[in-house]
Amino acid sequence: MRVLPCGDRALLAEFEGLAAARAAHARWRREAPAGVVELVPAARTVLVRLDTAVLGLGAAETWLLAHPPIANDTAPMAARTVTIAVAYEGADLDAVAAAWGCSPEAVAARHAAVDWVCAFVGFAPGFPYLVPSSDGAGLPPVPRRATSRPRVAAGSVALAAEYCGIYPRESPGGWQLIGRTDAVLWDADRAEPALVTPGTRVRFTAVRQLPGGAP
Amino acid sequence: MTALRVLDAGALTLVQDLGRPGLAALGVSASGAFDRTAHRLANRLVGNDEGATALEHLLGGLRVALPAGTWFAVTGAWGTLSLTDAAGVTRAVEPHTAVRAETDAELHLGPIVRGLRATVAVRGGIAVPAQLGSRARDTLAGIGPAPLAAGDVLPLGPAPATPVPPADLVPVDPPTDGVVELAVRPGPRHDWFGPAAWHLLLTEEWRASARSDRTGVRLEGPVLAPTPERADVELASEGMLRGSIQVSPDGAPTVLGPDHPVTGGYPVIAIVVDASLDLLAQLRPGQPVLLRLATGRR
Repeated sequence: MRVLPCGDRALLAEFEGLAAARAAHARWRREAPAGVVELVPAARTVLVRLDTAVLGLGAAETWLLAHPPIANDTAPMAARTVTIAVAYEGADLDAVAAAWGCSPEAVAARHAAVDWVCAFVGFAPGFPYLVPSSDGAGLPPVPRRATSRPRVAAGSVALAAEYCGIYPRESPGGWQLIGRTDAVLWDADRAEPALVTPGTRVRFTAVRQLPGGAP
Repeated sequence: MTALRVLDAGALTLVQDLGRPGLAALGVSASGAFDRTAHRLANRLVGNDEGATALEHLLGGLRVALPAGTWFAVTGAWGTLSLTDAAGVTRAVEPHTAVRAETDAELHLGPIVRGLRATVAVRGGIAVPAQLGSRARDTLAGIGPAPLAAGDVLPLGPAPATPVPPADLVPVDPPTDGVVELAVRPGPRHDWFGPAAWHLLLTEEWRASARSDRTGVRLEGPVLAPTPERADVELASEGMLRGSIQVSPDGAPTVLGPDHPVTGGYPVIAIVVDASLDLLAQLRPGQPVLLRLATGRR
């Protein structure tokens, strides 16, 4: 773990990889002292926003270094499982199949067989970065598309690097699209606006067609 | 119910309060008034809570109809202000002071000549429905009240218990039209850039780009190149702050604004300190900007 400078209101803790970053986020969520106003988890880092009137930068850094992540500490923040129906007919399904050396049907089967968990949310409100819930259960990493699409439809299920993501609304995007769901990932007027938050487990089930008709 | 009516929203008029901090885990940034100092002052002038909901107006041209008896104050950017009463008589209005519309009246903000964003606070605040605990418009995430359009009717909240303070006129200088100095501290990826880039960052006279908005203010100037060993390294997305200075692959720095993405994948070389953030809201396209290393501890 390294603690990097981040202006006058925050520190950025950096880790070897996602597992340690998730473990640190889990621990600090439980134990952080007053003055830590927000933790923003990401792929290899946790951004620690501070109220420096309560906890100064130096004291905060000392505390973080004294409370490193505990191995395998990824206590779920939202211990729930969401099942998402997917029509596996994304525009990049064949490209992913070619990259993996298997059939498009096998891409769908392998994706739906993984027990996913949300590591963090970013890019857009409610956009989850999903990773396999246990080490070694991942799919082969997939590169981003060489050129980003100006419009990716809401509900698109996509892969990039070791992550699976779901676009909450139409937006530009460079991930490889393998399918589509009609699950509503984000609704600002819902009591819980984001369907999937850090710690939520996600299972995908293949469907021939979404109830809403052709995607 | 008392309400104000938008007659002309001009280029862009947004409903803002002090935002919705604490929702980064959902992918939502704090948003809120770009010029927080102006927002707080406008509310204080009319006796509101500092965080009451007000209007953030870009460039000038706003016209709103106010019901008789409405107290209002305009802060932030400077332009001519006028109030036309029910009899059709127009008078000039001072900024940074609480003004009462004695009759039904029309407030007009002329073209803004200093700064970029004016705050219009009305006693009682704008009482449109909140979303995720705030009435701030997040232009990137599309959360909060839609940008205003002619014909919009905005209900006003009840008058607060606190009176309109007797302060006559608050002496505030208009936003400068000269060089703006922003204090910065090192960002997490300052070491991705060599001493030459760091020196450029802190000595160059940058120009605020016209391609700037509430997501970020782009600075035009020389290219900030990462060190050779970092040149082709892709950074995993990490948490961003208002004020983070991201350097995009073309070498241009962008200072993130209140509607910034929660995470980003461009290296942050430096971060504008809290005390300088509000100045960003008033940078006009082409205005010169100097970045200075903040003094103090660390």
